[in-house]
Amino acid sequence: MRRVAVIGIGMTKWGELWEKSLRDIFVEAALLAIDDAGVDKIEAMYVGCMTGGLFTGQEHLASVLADYLGVGHIPSVRLESACASGGLAFRHGFIDVASGMHDIVLVGGVEKMTDVSGDEATYALATAADQEYEVYSGVTFPGLYAMMAMDHMNKYGTTREQLAKVAVKNHKNGSKNPLAQFPGKISVEDVINSVMVADPLRILDCSPITDGSACAVLCPLDDAKKYAKGKPIVEVTGTGHATDTIALHARKDLCYLTSTELAAKEAYKMAGKGPKDLDLVEVHDCFTIAEIMVTEALGLVEKGKGGKALDDGLTEFGGKMPVNVSGGLKSKGHPVGATGVAQIYEIVKQLRGDAGERQVKGAKVGMTQNMGGSGGSTVCHILEVK
Amino acid sequence: MSLPSYWREIPQRYRLEASCCTKCGATYFPPRVVCSGCGCRQFETVNLPETGKLVTYTIIHVAPSRFVDQVPYAVGIVEFDGGTRAMMQVVDVSEDKIKIGMPVRIEFRKLYSDGEAGVICYGYKAVPA
Repeated sequence: MRRVAVIGIGMTKWGELWEKSLRDIFVEAALLAIDDAGVDKIEAMYVGCMTGGLFTGQEHLASVLADYLGVGHIPSVRLESACASGGLAFRHGFIDVASGMHDIVLVGGVEKMTDVSGDEATYALATAADQEYEVYSGVTFPGLYAMMAMDHMNKYGTTREQLAKVAVKNHKNGSKNPLAQFPGKISVEDVINSVMVADPLRILDCSPITDGSACAVLCPLDDAKKYAKGKPIVEVTGTGHATDTIALHARKDLCYLTSTELAAKEAYKMAGKGPKDLDLVEVHDCFTIAEIMVTEALGLVEKGKGGKALDDGLTEFGGKMPVNVSGGLKSKGHPVGATGVAQIYEIVKQLRGDAGERQVKGAKVGMTQNMGGSGGSTVCHILEVK
Repeated sequence: MSLPSYWREIPQRYRLEASCCTKCGATYFPPRVVCSGCGCRQFETVNLPETGKLVTYTIIHVAPSRFVDQVPYAVGIVEFDGGTRAMMQVVDVSEDKIKIGMPVRIEFRKLYSDGEAGVICYGYKAVPA
């Protein structure tokens, strides 16, 4: 297997991009990544998109996007693993380059969610759950995470305030990210007094509905110097991917993310790293409780201690283990298929020392965790700069 | 909900039919053809018991369109006696009386009316035991 480097990254401003279509958004991010890499051709591309069909009526996206990017007749693949589609696209781009099949590969994620009404978006997102045995009962996605939160609170004493602190921290981080959808700071009171969605989760516990895209360009590590033009070379040293039952009720432990634990273990093993070696982590905080459970499954904190870590400031910017310095899904936004690649974008920015106000000083090793549905799939990556 | 899909799931929705692995005894709801515990492909059909306990729940305030007229409503995971679990609404109890660990009984109820014709979709719900 060849060693693989990320030589280019690009991301659009995230938000309600009324004036831009799905293909416009993707092409904008892809061109930024291609120009950042300084390459003049792309040999293959992998794009994560959860459901262009339900959000915009357009499928066959691999061809649509390659066509509008003007890259000719290259092989183009669209991957879907619900909200982990972007991370999965990145992983398969990595596998392509590592295998020796292609030398310059574009990976991307895109979602255009605001062309439909809120009801339709809720329906589209719920297709990531078990349609026949979860959604039929009237449960929603926030509802599934709310049940996980109830279980976590009941088992470990996690508090309403601790959940709120995830949102407060991530919005504070996002206030330093010019591409974030909701960069405004919020307080614990704001979260606790916001509109109830699914008890105990309120609207400010939930990530928003977002249009956006992020892209990256990969090449063999040995070739990276040709393109990087003085930029630090970021290597992908670990990748991991695991699945779990589609239905939450089929899991023995309702508030533990086994797919995340297994994907992380694979990535740690491949990189020869552990939780203590990480300088920062970007995780899938689709709901506040999700970040708490993810920090446990990644081994950043002990099982059941994810809530307490927030009281201790462990995961804050400037803390021992900064989590979601980009603002996370919560503040940056969550165009579902694009999120996994945006996490890579953030880690590469940080490892290059190019993250401006939100730069984690001396960051050398970063990790991403991108999750589908209620944890039915997870993709993790470890990136390093020498 | 498409008619063939609704029709296909009647044994589960109306009668709680599950499949029990003949080798290791694991019970699956809905039924499966491969046991994810032991790999066995031999199953017998069993009916789940109509009693169990609530293991977690939430109160839905923002609902999918077909459930909008029911908010707020409770949805939870019920562990049937014997250990198999399923997701369902919890009804006939006020929100503040719902507790994790609460004993429940399963009843056959209307879930919602579908489409312009208002075709009634039935299924199971939990009520306090």
